[in-house]
Amino acid sequence: MQFPSRRRKNNINPQTELYGHALQFYGQPPLENISLSEFETFAVDRLKLLKTIENLGVSYVKLSEQYAKKLETEFKNLNFPYRPDADDRKIQSGPSEYEKRRKDHISHFILRLAYCQTEDLRRWFIQQEVDLFRYRFNDLPPKHKLEFLHRNNLQYDTISVEEKKTLLDKLVNSSYAVSGITVEDQDFYKVPFQDALDLVRTRKVYLKAGYVYIPHQDIVTIVLNDFRTRLSKALALTARSLPAVHSDERLQPLLNHLSHAYVGQDYSIQKNVGKISLEQIDSLSGKSFPLCMRQLHQNLRESHHLRHGGRMQYGLFLKGIGLSLEQALQFWRSEFIRGKVDADKFDKAYAYGIRHMFGKEGKRADYTPYSCMKVILSNPPSQGDHHGCPFRHSDPELLKQKLQFYKVSPSGISQILELVKGMHYQLACQKYFELTHNIEEASFSLNHPNQYFIESQRVLGGGKDIKREMDTPQRSQDNAVAKGSGAAREAAANAPQGLAEMTEDLDSFFQDA
Amino acid sequence: MPSSDYDSACLPDLLPLYYRRLFPFSQYYRWLNYGGVQKNYFQNREFSFTLKDDIYVRYQSFSTQNELEKEMQKVNPYKIDIGAIYSHRPNQHNTVKSGTFQALEKELVFDIDMTDYDDVRSCCSAADICSKCWTLMTIAIRILDRALRDDFGFQHLLWVYSGRRGVHCWVCDEAARKLSVAARSAVAEYLSLIKGGEEMVKKVVLMDPIHPFIRESLNVVEHYFPRYALQDQDILGRKESVDKVLALVPEDVRKELQQDFQNAKKPETRWKLIKEQAKRKQGTAKKGQYFEKEIMLQYCYPRLDVNVSKGVNHLLKSPFSVHPKTGRISVPMDLKELDTFDPFAVPTISLICEELDRPRTGEEEEKSEEEKPEDVKEKENEKDTAERRKIRDFKRTSLAKYVKYFDQFLDGMAGSRKGDLLRKSDLQKEF
Repeated sequence: MQFPSRRRKNNINPQTELYGHALQFYGQPPLENISLSEFETFAVDRLKLLKTIENLGVSYVKLSEQYAKKLETEFKNLNFPYRPDADDRKIQSGPSEYEKRRKDHISHFILRLAYCQTEDLRRWFIQQEVDLFRYRFNDLPPKHKLEFLHRNNLQYDTISVEEKKTLLDKLVNSSYAVSGITVEDQDFYKVPFQDALDLVRTRKVYLKAGYVYIPHQDIVTIVLNDFRTRLSKALALTARSLPAVHSDERLQPLLNHLSHAYVGQDYSIQKNVGKISLEQIDSLSGKSFPLCMRQLHQNLRESHHLRHGGRMQYGLFLKGIGLSLEQALQFWRSEFIRGKVDADKFDKAYAYGIRHMFGKEGKRADYTPYSCMKVILSNPPSQGDHHGCPFRHSDPELLKQKLQFYKVSPSGISQILELVKGMHYQLACQKYFELTHNIEEASFSLNHPNQYFIESQRVLGGGKDIKREMDTPQRSQDNAVAKGSGAAREAAANAPQGLAEMTEDLDSFFQDA
Repeated sequence: MPSSDYDSACLPDLLPLYYRRLFPFSQYYRWLNYGGVQKNYFQNREFSFTLKDDIYVRYQSFSTQNELEKEMQKVNPYKIDIGAIYSHRPNQHNTVKSGTFQALEKELVFDIDMTDYDDVRSCCSAADICSKCWTLMTIAIRILDRALRDDFGFQHLLWVYSGRRGVHCWVCDEAARKLSVAARSAVAEYLSLIKGGEEMVKKVVLMDPIHPFIRESLNVVEHYFPRYALQDQDILGRKESVDKVLALVPEDVRKELQQDFQNAKKPETRWKLIKEQAKRKQGTAKKGQYFEKEIMLQYCYPRLDVNVSKGVNHLLKSPFSVHPKTGRISVPMDLKELDTFDPFAVPTISLICEELDRPRTGEEEEKSEEEKPEDVKEKENEKDTAERRKIRDFKRTSLAKYVKYFDQFLDGMAGSRKGDLLRKSDLQKEF
């Protein structure tokens, strides 16, 4: 197939020029014809690579030794260019360096097509590509780094020797890797802080009057920022030309399939709506909830309140295990009105948020329960919050006490704490699962709280038992539902007219009162 | 205390008076219009109103100052929030294709709320504040104001008392208004040192080297710490609060300190012991070497609501909005008088409405009117008389000094806009 491109080649030999360096900014789309099967393998392989990047980013410190090692293996297995100097050694078998670079190039552009469609997809794709680029750029020998900068016309302002002298103390104290001697030796670049957000965010750079002073060794940050900006713009452009691509009936299903692959199992599909009664939640939380949800449940029961982050994380989880909207409203209301919130206030301030979760308000998106990745990485808990991942966001000492309280054996606790120390939060949670369910080794790899729940139910009862158990409360539950929906209707009727005006994403708007 | 006579039941009666005669519409419009430099900047701004019975109306927008004035005088909002500048007029957001209606710009805002300090203040909790814990807000403003100016290079920072238990900061520089979501969250994270929710005991961990920003912030905290934490909050007095502090030091040190504290009861002496231990530790161990600094920060460092700062479309209570519970006006704060700022002295709506009813002593302001240069007077003549009366009205109340400060702030922004324009035209002439 031919990639759409407005710019024509006028280089004499664009191909060799394009692949002259191991790393590229993907400025030019590939122009050759490729077979459908190659199209597919390239895309799938790159997706695998990006998935690996994502997973490693959670389990390891980015760019740590283990991270790099695992990535390198993946590069080798999937035949991506992993060592820039590999082309000098012609001894290896398999595809040549040229073919690998070609694969890198083409596969990147295929995934652009698949991942330009929505904001979410774009964000995910950019994040993984940026991490990939960071790893590859860092892996380059200094000479190649400079060459790459020249080749791509990347020039940044350096500061004078005098300025360096006056700022010496500050520069030294702003970065781990800079000492008095190295300051003199290396160039410092002065760029607007907006261009080095990663360094600003982590306070790893000196910041003055809106400018950051970046030592040469951290130049990857600015390069990455460039990369990110360009990619983001390019994706927006690609999205506009998408209709043309979609008219090709060979490609459309393939691209859609590719873009769906990234999320993994989507636990929003509610096969089991209404299969759980509110009375069951307390006992289920002890048996089958992952620690994060158990913690939220417990705090909700104790304080009769959860802040926004907690309501989102727990509320969507409950939706995922099968609570209906009516049940959810009843559940939250009955708990909240035992605290400082009266029924009236609940209907005004909180009911909207719960209906929103079920896609009944605002832009009517049916929100999916949070995955482990999301819980671990985004919106960390702050004062008064109980959400987050207990393995990631607890003091080890508190975590230990909690596990003791939940009767986990001392040896089990130390195993879990060891995993936490190594930042393997999901593995720690899986270990917790194994210990509390008395199984040797879980047959799944944990990445979602709702998956935890389903697996737990499977282990505990085998599918049949649960059903039987759930059949009985079904009737009494009908009652509850009826009551619940009555209340919901009432709530909807009472809902202030203004609420209908709110169509913004709740996440960014709703705050705790 | 002026607010003691505020009764929230009277609010519906007072609001019409407030919006008709006291709310500084012309300054307010001057602020949000930003000199009219960008087209539709005011027109595409979202306002949202909270009406009686917590009815919440979002996506209000107005073409002119007059329109805003008329609407506010009609609905008399209990509370006003300001949102983003959108791609289209917010009141028409339903008529544009979904997905194209987007928040483009907004001031970079910060929200500091005293409730977030509940685990480190013993005087009050939740919505309550007193002069003791108010020091926390003073510290927060000092630290953030310095960093936003010196580190990030912003100049036009409007600090506003929220009317109850916190403060807001509106960074109004053009560069700040144009920041992306990612940049906003990076700034907010740069400024956040307190990490972790309820499951985290130790919320500040310092690493070597200590970043210049943290050093500067520590200077501020150190200035207030002895008086605020050791005396006012008495964190090293009662047993439970001592235990809370000691939970933040390394285990081996904790045991020693517990023993030492048996003979040392004075908070200052105890603090000295902690500092000495920290000094000793710095020579030997690698980890936990800065625990005395970490304690100071955990007890005093500003606690930001990062989510408020991150979102471009996040709403924040507007300056000069009334706080429905306390009746206090959300007033801009003059940092030159920060150390003496008293939240309880901020006028309530009932107070200023009452001041309006007092017989006028008039002469003074008439005189100041005379002193104005000719051209200003002429301009004022053009305004209708109602407008002029309103200007005189708020001058007769305790709101005057806050509006005056707001005016100064706006003059400052106008000044730098003029500077920018000159620079631009100079550049053009060169070619």
